[in-house]
Amino acid sequence: MESTVTSAPPATSPGTQANEPERLTFPRIECRDINVFYGDKQAIFDISLPIPDRSVTALIGPSGCGKSTFLRCLNRMNDTIESCRVEGQIIMDGENINDAAIDPVLLRSRVGMVFQKPNPFPKSIYDNISYGPRIHGLAASREDLDGMVEKSLRRAGLWEEVKDRLTAPANSLSGGQQQRLCIARAIAVQPEVILMDEPCSALDPVATARIEELIDELRKRYCIVIVTHSMQQAARVSQRTAFFHLGILVEMGETDQIFTNPRERRTEDYITGRFG
Amino acid sequence: MTNLSAGPFRNEKALARLRKRRAADTRFRLYGLSAIGFALAALSLLVFSIGAQALSAATYHVVKYDVVLDAAVIAPKGKDTPDQISRNVDGFYSLVRENLKDTFPDARDDRRSSRELGELMTRLAVLPTARKVADNPTLMGQKITITAPLNDDLDLYLKGAASPQKKVKLGKVVSVEAETGRTYRLAGPAAFKVIESLVSAERFEVGDAVDRQSILLTTGATTGKISDVTTDSAVIDLLTGNADDFKGATPVARLIGIPQSERNVTDQQIAWTLALKDMGRISRVPHLSLLTHTDSTYPELAGALAAIVGSLLTMFVTAFIAVPIGIFASVYLEEFAPRNRVTEIIEVNINNLAAVPSIVFGLLGAAVFLGFFGLPRSAPLVGGLVLALLTLPTIIIASRAALKSVPPSIRAAALGVGASKMQSVFHHVLPLAGPGIFTGAILGMARALGETAPLLLIGMVAFVADVPSGPTDEATALPVLIYSWSTNAERAWEPMTAAVIVILLMFLIVMNGIVVLLRRRFERRW
Ligand SMILES: Nc1ncnc2c1ncn2[C@@H]1O[C@H](COP(=O)(O)OP(=O)(O)OP(=O)(O)O)[C@@H](O)[C@H]1O
Ligand SMILES: [Mg+2]
Repeated sequence: MESTVTSAPPATSPGTQANEPERLTFPRIECRDINVFYGDKQAIFDISLPIPDRSVTALIGPSGCGKSTFLRCLNRMNDTIESCRVEGQIIMDGENINDAAIDPVLLRSRVGMVFQKPNPFPKSIYDNISYGPRIHGLAASREDLDGMVEKSLRRAGLWEEVKDRLTAPANSLSGGQQQRLCIARAIAVQPEVILMDEPCSALDPVATARIEELIDELRKRYCIVIVTHSMQQAARVSQRTAFFHLGILVEMGETDQIFTNPRERRTEDYITGRFG
Repeated sequence: MTNLSAGPFRNEKALARLRKRRAADTRFRLYGLSAIGFALAALSLLVFSIGAQALSAATYHVVKYDVVLDAAVIAPKGKDTPDQISRNVDGFYSLVRENLKDTFPDARDDRRSSRELGELMTRLAVLPTARKVADNPTLMGQKITITAPLNDDLDLYLKGAASPQKKVKLGKVVSVEAETGRTYRLAGPAAFKVIESLVSAERFEVGDAVDRQSILLTTGATTGKISDVTTDSAVIDLLTGNADDFKGATPVARLIGIPQSERNVTDQQIAWTLALKDMGRISRVPHLSLLTHTDSTYPELAGALAAIVGSLLTMFVTAFIAVPIGIFASVYLEEFAPRNRVTEIIEVNINNLAAVPSIVFGLLGAAVFLGFFGLPRSAPLVGGLVLALLTLPTIIIASRAALKSVPPSIRAAALGVGASKMQSVFHHVLPLAGPGIFTGAILGMARALGETAPLLLIGMVAFVADVPSGPTDEATALPVLIYSWSTNAERAWEPMTAAVIVILLMFLIVMNGIVVLLRRRFERRW
């Protein structure tokens, strides 16, 4: 994996990311002029967006404005939609990951994804977590794999609840537990970026709070991009917020600034619930 | 009522609407129930009629013959090879016939009676015995009991299927007087009252035709045919046994509905059969030879083994070809193929192919596999290939439906952790679709198992007397056997055909059972 990093700019190497403001200046992922088309219909217009490392970037905006579409660009999940075409550059570690020469399979092992609805494999809890490491050959031995499963589940805050029933089917977990399992599954392949598309929309407030705590915890290690419809959630978990409207990036900035002092009228209207 | 019509939900109009809706509901339920009732009735009628027929073929009558394996008869040359012995049907049969003649010495002198007596057993029925002796020459000269099936028409008679028959118990016969030849006059006060009134009643129904019907009078191993009857006396022609047996006996009279000239069995043969039965030499046993024998021109010797093996071999070839190709085709179409014109056309054509009459596949098979490739006729290999073509669309359609039913979120989840398309399909989608795919495959195979027309066209209708040992041997299949047996004229084939239908149904039931089991066991929720 390291071999693909041919010309990583020094700014993104972990050592230089000492303090907060500096971290925000050096993006983990740099999107430039992204245009996305579904057939003839354009869903995203000229979006340029830097995504900083070790922080949470929230994407907000009314339904159908292209948040999910944009998020899927970041791990090339749009490739699986036949009519979808993505233009523009997405620079990660000095490489344009939107290039045909990049293997999306390799990319997805570094950019994990958590979906709106919990979607565990209909297998055991253990198999769910171990599947990624196994296909990527990350574990040398069975003990190694066990360790990885435990670590991932611990990081996802699920270990205590499931450690006695790792062989139980994943579908027997509650919705919130399943979503944390999906997060653990994403973590298990040791990604650098985690994309979350409305990860709490199917959960109750308690489960949501747990996931939010978890996101806050994960922020220390990963670059996280989250799509959410809840303004409170965006305000609680994110450091940066981008507001989309009709496929256009209307405004982006520090979360505090967006929520307290938006520059754009449309942003303010949306945040205060006047449309959307 | 006034109270009811007052509220916003309970006024007259709303109630009227509600009544109408409820009536519609009820009507619809009734339609549904009657549709299901009709279907069930038709199905149970079918199963019942076939089952009842088959049941009569589930057992048959065998006769025991105690014979001495006289080497001079079965190995006349003195140093016959086992092969020669095993094919010496005439020798073994003459042993049996001699045994019958010993049992019924009256038949010995008369050519016609002698031939009729010989018909009690089919010549070829001695074949198993011949083979047994050939395999074990030490049996030579010993006394053994040959058990062989009774002639099929007599078997039907004993099962009551050959002719309508009324059987009555008569009163005590007091005297037996010999008249001319084998004619005797039996008498007893009111002894023949029952049969006399039966004949009168019958005459009332069928007129003078009753005079052509036979009335047999039996006691023990003795049977005579009544030529004249009054309340107190009867004149009989003795068919077999000893007329004095009637003295002091209460005989049984059988009024056989179909005249002798229109039957395949004579009164004489019936008399002998009744006598053998009385001697305890006839027993009704499970008709296992139906499963262990191959086809024969004699119903009592025929079995479905060759057809069962032929069907299994054919199914094997079909499964071997259609299932993998079907799965790969459907996986490709469903998971990998781009959605464009070409795939659309392929899709439409596959759906159309599923509706093509099977006989067309037979013609195609005959032209391509037999004509062009020159594969052997009547072979399970060709049958399997044709049936594979036939089932392929079914399997593809079912497999695609199964693949479609796997939620896209599973694919997204696999891709999301960095699995390749192949991995997501083979690790997650296929296992989840597996039960559905196999359901489709088995249902397709079940359809193929019952197909007759294409097999007829590639010559799998041949009379096959040997169990095929491989897919290129001459063979036939169960549905074809049903077809050819059902076209045979003899009455005895009817229940035999039904029995083979039941065997075929058993196969289908087992296959469907597997489907149900798979569904139960692997049904998943996601
Ligand atoms: N598979 C697709 N095929 C065609 N058009 C699509 C497809 N997916 C999304 N779109 C279109 O792209 C636009 C953006 O959709 P997207 O799903 O990204 O919106 P979103 O912001 O995530 O909305 P929501 O908040 O409701 O999830 C919409 O107009 C939608 O109709
Ligand atoms: Mg969305």
